[in-house]
Amino acid sequence: MAKYLGKRIFYIILTLFIVSTITFFLMKLMPGTPLTNQAKLTPTQIHQIYKQYGLDKPVWQQYLVYLGGIIHGNFGTSFQFSNQPVSYLISSRLGPSLIIGGQGMVLGVLAGLVVGAVGAIKANTWVDTSATIISILFISIPSFVLAVLLQYYLGLKLRLFPIADWGGFMYTVLPTLALAASPLAETARFMRTEMVDVLSSDYIELAKAKGLNKVGIIYHHALRNSLIPVVTIIGPLAVNIMTGSMVVENIFSIPGIGEQFVKSILTNDYPTIMGLTIVYSAMLCVVLLITDIVYGLIDPRIRINK
Amino acid sequence: MADNAKQTSADDFTPIAGADRAKLDDEKIATPSLTFLQDSWRRLRKNKAAMIALGLLIILFILAFGSHFFETHNPNATNPNFANLPPKIPGIDINGLNGTLDQSGERVNAYAQAHAGNNWYLLGTDYLGRDLFSRILYGTRISLEIALIASFFDLAFGVVYGITSGWIGGRVDTLMQRIIEIMLSIPNLVVMVLLILVLKPGMTAIILSIAITSWINMARLVRAQTLELKNQEFILAARTLGESSWKIAFKHLLPNLSSVIIINLMFTIPTAIFFEAFLSYIGIGISAPQASLGTLINDGQKNFQFLPYQMWYPAIVLSVLMIAFNILGDGLRDALDPKSRE
Amino acid sequence: MENEKDVLEVRNLKINFNTYAGTVQAIRDVSFDLRKGETLAIVGESGSGKTVTTRSIMGLNSPNAVIDSGTIMFKGQDLLKKSRKQMDQIRGRDIAEIFQDPMTSLDPTMKIGKQIAEPLIIHKGMKREKAYAQALEMMKLVGIENAEQRINNYPHQFSGGMRQRIVIAIALVNYPEILIADEPTTALDVTIQAQILDLMKELQAKTNTSIIFITHDLGVVAGMADRVAVMYAGKIVEYGTVDEIFYNPKHPYTWGLLNSMPTMDTGGTELPSIPGTPPDLLDPPVGDAFAARNKYALKIDTEKQPPFFKVSDTHYAATWLLDKRAPKVTPPEPIIERQKHYAELVHQEIDKSKGNHVEEQEEQL
Repeated sequence: MAKYLGKRIFYIILTLFIVSTITFFLMKLMPGTPLTNQAKLTPTQIHQIYKQYGLDKPVWQQYLVYLGGIIHGNFGTSFQFSNQPVSYLISSRLGPSLIIGGQGMVLGVLAGLVVGAVGAIKANTWVDTSATIISILFISIPSFVLAVLLQYYLGLKLRLFPIADWGGFMYTVLPTLALAASPLAETARFMRTEMVDVLSSDYIELAKAKGLNKVGIIYHHALRNSLIPVVTIIGPLAVNIMTGSMVVENIFSIPGIGEQFVKSILTNDYPTIMGLTIVYSAMLCVVLLITDIVYGLIDPRIRINK
Repeated sequence: MADNAKQTSADDFTPIAGADRAKLDDEKIATPSLTFLQDSWRRLRKNKAAMIALGLLIILFILAFGSHFFETHNPNATNPNFANLPPKIPGIDINGLNGTLDQSGERVNAYAQAHAGNNWYLLGTDYLGRDLFSRILYGTRISLEIALIASFFDLAFGVVYGITSGWIGGRVDTLMQRIIEIMLSIPNLVVMVLLILVLKPGMTAIILSIAITSWINMARLVRAQTLELKNQEFILAARTLGESSWKIAFKHLLPNLSSVIIINLMFTIPTAIFFEAFLSYIGIGISAPQASLGTLINDGQKNFQFLPYQMWYPAIVLSVLMIAFNILGDGLRDALDPKSRE
Repeated sequence: MENEKDVLEVRNLKINFNTYAGTVQAIRDVSFDLRKGETLAIVGESGSGKTVTTRSIMGLNSPNAVIDSGTIMFKGQDLLKKSRKQMDQIRGRDIAEIFQDPMTSLDPTMKIGKQIAEPLIIHKGMKREKAYAQALEMMKLVGIENAEQRINNYPHQFSGGMRQRIVIAIALVNYPEILIADEPTTALDVTIQAQILDLMKELQAKTNTSIIFITHDLGVVAGMADRVAVMYAGKIVEYGTVDEIFYNPKHPYTWGLLNSMPTMDTGGTELPSIPGTPPDLLDPPVGDAFAARNKYALKIDTEKQPPFFKVSDTHYAATWLLDKRAPKVTPPEPIIERQKHYAELVHQEIDKSKGNHVEEQEEQL
């Protein structure tokens, strides 16, 4: 186990190293400097600013400085908000994103499991058809459309929830719903397929031959066997949530990293973009590592010992 | 249950010979055999939802690519005098289609206010007076173009990568898998955004960034299937007969991979359409004055409270496009997946 | 045929399957009995309906199966008339089943101790500890070494043969009246096959369970069964004691099956096979379903289905060749050899006691 963990963590560090290197050199290729957004400046001022951001040094030196900074959790200074370290910008905004993302994930996966399982148990009936329709709709309707509709109808018209801003649980409801749709649909689809497969397997046949009734078969044999593989799609679902959060946070004006990412893109705030890219990759790597470990723990056939 | 032979002539008890025998022999193989594709097509045709989705997609394709003939107006021509006109179809008097608007609780005829005369816009106009219907058709065309290009890369790059990795195996496979793993640990959208920023927003940047991220899933699935097929008897047989490795890969492997490829392709397409709309929506995709479903939704959303049609129509078209591809994909998976054949 | 000792009586069973292509007549009038403590082998090629027959005994046919007619009497009650709930109570307690592939028949994520104990907990309402203790006994009985430790293992930690032992333990843990074994050794190595068959015989002797043994392999039947029923295209075409089927077969299909089975003296010659494929049961032939593949087919075979002809009290075959008016045909060479061997067997029997098979026997030869 320790060996496995060590190996995985080594790969994560390698991945993050590659990601930071690629982003660094991509950013160097980009048009625009921190000055693009500022008014006219004198050459001395420009020189000063260049010095402030370390842009007067050769590229390889900048790269080493950058890498050194990352190791210490320093991603440089934001172009957009002068004097604001990127690391502070990110860490102060991580909370809201994690809250709505986490809630969206939990809600989406749990509801998806129920919808998928019910669809599989009642396969080829109207219940199954409705479950399929739900998942097709939620997979197909883009998160930004759903978010706008939720905001307008549940927020503005029915006044059930605040339409935007941040400040307590009620403010998280609509963004959570908007984010949960896609994982719900994906989980439901995956769960249904898995469970239909399991229900037609030989060991379910043997369970029937033992005299287990339908409830017993589903509860004791089918559910566990179809739940285990669902862990493997948590990683891709996390990606969905990250993507979704960029627009959802924007629509609901949530001070999160998704909103910040879009803002940084539109203002050419390269240090922030680079920092967020690394943070997103790191989060995804951690999610993937955790799901792999969990998978190994709950599936007796897989033992992590390599 | 014993002897209960009824009246039968003695003639019946002569052995069958000659022509009768031959006729009997003909009956030995009774069921007509269907090829895999025929059988799949038969199954797909029985799937009503999938056939409706296919029909819808064909209609959308014709409308989008033949849009020069259907466009009632130039999609990019602005006409500030006719800005924000609601949908109108002459002769139909249903709120929402008769050119009237709800302004502070009262129905007003927006066309009369704008002195639009005999002009009418099927789906209304946007804030610059551009015809929404033409813009939606144009946006749909962009979505479909993106879809086609993404599928092309899926096939050209993803399939080849997957076959190569799985077929060669060994160190090459390990290296190729590491590359994929690294790509998978960066969210797709982040990769796209970085590329678009480097390349400057626009159609080329979008196409390239979607192309670069879309093939990974295909490569993984094709590799997994290749690994599975590689050790199967028919491949071993071909090897034993001395066929060259690449010939086997293309002659024996590819046909057996076709269902995996088709199914995955059907799921790449809606993803690509989604990403294009998404990027255009956040403002780094297709740029003005060109229309994309994403930019149309973004524009419409600003006025959603007062002019809901400006977001509804592009949103509906985008959703229908995605739903149709997803349903067709589901249908194809059921039709092509040998596991579900019973 | 009504018999005190019968534990199961299947009468005139007809089962159809509704498929997209039409109605498949999978079982076309099947009747047989199972006696207390005996092993009845049902032999036939794939698609002949042997599995469908046993599935209907278990009440586990797929939803598109329609029982057209027939009864399955067990302890004086018709299993086909039982509700799903009642069948749940019978399955695993009175009638148990073991399946073909031990690699897939065990739940991969459940410890085997629990899997063996499950039928006890369901049917006898046993407490966990007691059920596990009994499961442990059962594991020892089926020959799993180190049972105390292995009770907490998962299926993937066992070999194929061991897994089949576990499946047998699950099936027998409630000492059922009937055990249905659906090709239980097909997926196993030959050496393991023999061990499993020995184990089943040994356990049968201890528990006095009746076994319905489904197989396509006549070789397995010889050592295992008391009686044999040969199925073809949804019908039983011949049944009798194992000696009668092996040494005095009457149906051309049985001849074909026996001929295609390798024996010690097969030598270097090629094994003959039965030409052709079974008929399409979507549209079964009017006459004898085997006619098209039958070298000895008569004209009447294409017109009328043959009834059962009595060969002996225990031996019946459905072929027109046994009709008085049918021409005498010479069976293939190896079958004649078998019949000669059988004649000797019977003569030896007669020396000891009285029998009336001889007349019939000589007439046929």
